[in-house]
Amino acid sequence: MLQLENIVKDFGGLRVLDSLSLQVGEGLIFGLIGPNGAGKTTLFNIISGLSRPTAGRVIFNGTDITHFAPPSIAARGMGRTFQNIRIFKELSLMENLLAGMHRLYTYSPVAMLLNLPIQHREEKAMREKAMEILELFHLAGKAQRQAESLSYGEQRKLELARALATSPKLLLVDEPAAGMNPAETEELMGEIVQINNRGYTICLIEHDMKFVMGVCRQVAVLNFGELIALGTPEQVKCNPQVIEAYLGKDVCKL
Amino acid sequence: MFLQQFVNALALGSVYALFALGFTLIFGVLEVITLAHGAVFMIGAFAGLTVVTKFNVSPITAILVGMMVSGMLGWLIDLVAVRPLRKRKFHHLAPMIATIGCATIIINVAQGIFGAEVYRFPFDFMPAMSYNFWAIQLTLLQIIIVGVALSLMMMIIFLLNRTKWGKAVRAVAESPRTAALLGIPVERVFQITAFAASALGGAAGVLTGINFNAIHAFMGGPIMHRGIAVIILGGMGDIRGAVLGGLILGFAEIMSVAYLSSDFRDAISFGLLFVILLIRPAGIFGSNLERKG
Repeated sequence: MLQLENIVKDFGGLRVLDSLSLQVGEGLIFGLIGPNGAGKTTLFNIISGLSRPTAGRVIFNGTDITHFAPPSIAARGMGRTFQNIRIFKELSLMENLLAGMHRLYTYSPVAMLLNLPIQHREEKAMREKAMEILELFHLAGKAQRQAESLSYGEQRKLELARALATSPKLLLVDEPAAGMNPAETEELMGEIVQINNRGYTICLIEHDMKFVMGVCRQVAVLNFGELIALGTPEQVKCNPQVIEAYLGKDVCKL
Repeated sequence: MFLQQFVNALALGSVYALFALGFTLIFGVLEVITLAHGAVFMIGAFAGLTVVTKFNVSPITAILVGMMVSGMLGWLIDLVAVRPLRKRKFHHLAPMIATIGCATIIINVAQGIFGAEVYRFPFDFMPAMSYNFWAIQLTLLQIIIVGVALSLMMMIIFLLNRTKWGKAVRAVAESPRTAALLGIPVERVFQITAFAASALGGAAGVLTGINFNAIHAFMGGPIMHRGIAVIILGGMGDIRGAVLGGLILGFAEIMSVAYLSSDFRDAISFGLLFVILLIRPAGIFGSNLERKG
C-alpha cells in the first residue's frame, strides 16, 4: 500500500529524518511512535505532500507520489487528520463531511443550476452516507450542529470522520487521542478498530501507549529520525533500545 | 404613502443587496476586496442595453446576457490580475490594487466604445403597466427588479447550502489549505466564485440601468461606495449581512428622501451606517475582526 524508500529530510543543517525505509501493508493499523521531535509528523507531512523530502521516494499503491501536490495525493486516496484540529468550524458536522466528499459527487454544474432530480438523488445518497459515518463516531445526534459547538474530543472525532468521508485507501491519523479523557479514548479505540474492520488501512501517530498497544497490529519506533524498531506491539515494547529511547521499563510489563 | 415608499425602498435595496452579495462573496472566498466590481456592474448594464437595442430582446434575456458577460469579465479579472498574485502568496492589498487597475482599464475601454454620453433603454422596452394592491401601486418595473433580485439571492443561498459546489465554496472560504487536503479543487472554486459573484454584479447593473434608465461608463462609481459600506455594515464576507445591509441602505435612502430632504440623502443614510457601526463595530453579523497573534 505505502512504501517509503530511504527518506531523508533536512531542515537547514539539521537532519530530522535519516534514510528511513518503511512499508505499510494493506488492511493494517500501523502505529508510528517515538519521543517528541523524532520526526513522526514530518514523515506524515512528507507522505501527504505538504513537505518534500530532501532525498528518497514515497510510493503509494505503485505510484511514485514524492513530488505530487497535496490535493492530487488526496485525490489518489490518502486521507489525514492533524495534531492541531482543522475542521471547518462554521459549517455543521454534516457539511464538514459533505465537503470532504466533494470528489465523490458526479453531478455536473448544469444539473446543479437547473436543479435536476439527479442532484437531489445524489445529495440524498451522500447525506445518508455521511450520516452513517457520523453514527460510527457516535456524532449522528449532532449532525446539524455547528462544528464549533463540539467539545475538543468530539472535534477530533469529527476531523477523523471527515477524513473517512473522503473514502481514503489510507488514513493518516496524527495523535487522535490527544486531549481526550480516558472514556473518550476508550471509545475512540473501538471506533478505530471498527473503521479498520471496514477495510480501511490506518497509519497513526499516538503517545498514549495503551491506545497504540491496544489497536495497532504493527508498530514502528522512531528516534531522532531513525527507525530503531519495527514489529508487533509485543515485540517492540520490550526492545531494549525502545525502552531506553522512549517507553521506559513499565510499558514492557503492560 | 408609507407603503408606497416601502416598495420603492425594497426595489432600491434589493439591487444594493445583489451588488453587495457578489462583492462580499469574493471577499469571503478569495479574500480580495475587488474594486473592479463597480466596473463589472457597468459592463453588465451595457451588455444588457446592447442586446436590447440590437436584438430587441425581453428584459429577462437582457439580464441573463448581462450576467453572462459580467461573469466572464469577473473570471477574466481573476485570471489576469488576482490569480498570479495569489500564486505568489500576495494577499489582500496587492490584489486589491490590481483590481483598481482592472477597473480603470475597463472603464476607459467602455468610454472608448460608448463615449461619455448617457444611454437609455428604448422607450417601449418596459411596458408602463402597473398593478394596484390595496393602497400601493406596483409598476411592472418594480416587480421585475424585486423579483429578479430576490430570486437570484435565494438561488445563491440555496446553491451555497445545498450543493456540492456551494459546500466547497464555504469550505474554501474558511480554509483553502484544509479544503485542498480534502481533495477540493480550490482553484476551480476560486474561479467559480469570481464568475458567480460578478454575474450577480452584472444583474445588478442591468436592473439599475432599467430602474434609473441611465447607463454610462461611470455608473459603477457611486454603487461601489455603497457596496463597500454595505458589506462592512453586514459583516465582511457574510452573505446574510450583505443582503440585510443592502436592504437597510435602500430603506435609509428612500425614507430620508421621502420624509426629510433629498439634499441630505447620502449624509443621512451613511450617518445611519456610522451609528450602526458604532454599536456593532464588526458589522451586523460580523465576528471579531481583531487582529490575531
